Amino acid sequence: MFDFLYGYGPSLLEGGLLTIILSIVSLFIASVLGLITAFMRLSKIRFLEIIGLVYTTVIRGIPELVMMLLIFFGGQVLINKTVQSLGFDVYIDINPFLSGSMTIGLIFGAYMGETFRGAYLAVPVGQIEAARSCGMNNWKLFKRILFPQMTRHALPSFGNNWLVLVKSTALVSVIGLEDVVRKADLAGGSTHKPFNFWIACALIYLLITSVSNRIQKALEERYNIGFQESEA
Amino acid sequence: MSDSNTPVLAVNSLSKSFGNLEVLKNISLQARQGEVVSIIGSSGSGKSTFLRCLNFLESPNKGEIRLNGELLKTQLKKNGELAPKDKVQLEKFRSHMGMVFQNFNLWSHMTALDNVIEAQVQVLKRSKKEAHEKSCSLLEKVGVFERKDFFPSQLSGGQQQRVAIARALAMDPDVILFDEPTSALDPELVGEVLKVMRNLAEEGRTMLVVTHEIGFAKEASSSVAFFHQGVIEEQGKPQEVLNNPRSGILKNFLSTIM
Repeated sequence: MFDFLYGYGPSLLEGGLLTIILSIVSLFIASVLGLITAFMRLSKIRFLEIIGLVYTTVIRGIPELVMMLLIFFGGQVLINKTVQSLGFDVYIDINPFLSGSMTIGLIFGAYMGETFRGAYLAVPVGQIEAARSCGMNNWKLFKRILFPQMTRHALPSFGNNWLVLVKSTALVSVIGLEDVVRKADLAGGSTHKPFNFWIACALIYLLITSVSNRIQKALEERYNIGFQESEA
Repeated sequence: MSDSNTPVLAVNSLSKSFGNLEVLKNISLQARQGEVVSIIGSSGSGKSTFLRCLNFLESPNKGEIRLNGELLKTQLKKNGELAPKDKVQLEKFRSHMGMVFQNFNLWSHMTALDNVIEAQVQVLKRSKKEAHEKSCSLLEKVGVFERKDFFPSQLSGGQQQRVAIARALAMDPDVILFDEPTSALDPELVGEVLKVMRNLAEEGRTMLVVTHEIGFAKEASSSVAFFHQGVIEEQGKPQEVLNNPRSGILKNFLSTIM
């Protein structure tokens, strides 16, 4: 198997590992941003609602690659200009992992926002009223009632976002992160066997997404509890 | 908690509008310890809205709500609705006022038993064990103990509503608000829920019951309030109000539903 990869197998796996870690970190950022955005857009406070709307509209309207270049290169210039204008004579390098995960998190936060908003709206209002009428505060209401029920509605779309997110991490290779795509590109270049490495790269993505699907299925089953039709 | 002259629940000139539509006009109502007040009236008369204003599921525009003499502190918002001044006080009020909904509203991701346990642990901070024991005996009392491990979707409407009543009872409420508890039930299931409610009335629970069940209102309640276009048109002992209605509107209403 590794003959097929001319000894670049471990390097490729290393890249795969980075892809996975980057995806998970980005997913975490996206989920937090998504929850905040969803509740901003659902809020009765006009100002928050507008911020949420602008965020989702802008992000969903700009290609991910453009966004990444904008944040990585543009952000670098912006930060250094600001620092220098404050009188500091230093040059700050943006860590590509940080800006990569931030960008992907920022982009997918907008999609997750829509996912969570839809999931919230799918929870019958009576479920929430019952919790309030028992004297639950907002946090308990969220933790005990809303979250488990939202999760059920959110999972299919959440899982879909995750798959797209994993594949979007391929973009970080353009800002110099050594993910599986970059490793494949390097190996293919130096061995002059690009085809072998792109195949291997595709298989690694396929492996990640297949495992994800299995996990999603299991989670869906778990959160569907109580919603199956009665057999009694 | 307070002397016996203080009503458990006292509502003073409560008003509520939806836009330009005035749904409740200066409603005052009291329930003393052990009283069962039945609220009747045609749909759109404001009776459900009234009940939902009491625990602020709906925000009234005006009025005072007292529980055992304690006033719920409110402030007027810019949109003309009242908001609770102190969220913690509202949560406390709510935990002392049980509510039973028309559509049961059992939490669908929890079993019947967990529905009854939930707020005892989360809100009243009872131990799991204590809440579990209490829930079992309440489910026994409303007759659905054998179904305690079923999810709401696996229960009939009547069973769900009885679990919902157990959930309300679990909080040891000072007053229980019933919002048309039998209106969503198939006719053959109405009886089992009414029976549980009659038992509660006999136990001396303080209850406010919005209902279309004139039989229940007549036999189980200590007073009946007839809502019409946002005001209490008639109120008094059930025999008086239901057997000898004074107003033509109430006569009309009673003849249409009986």
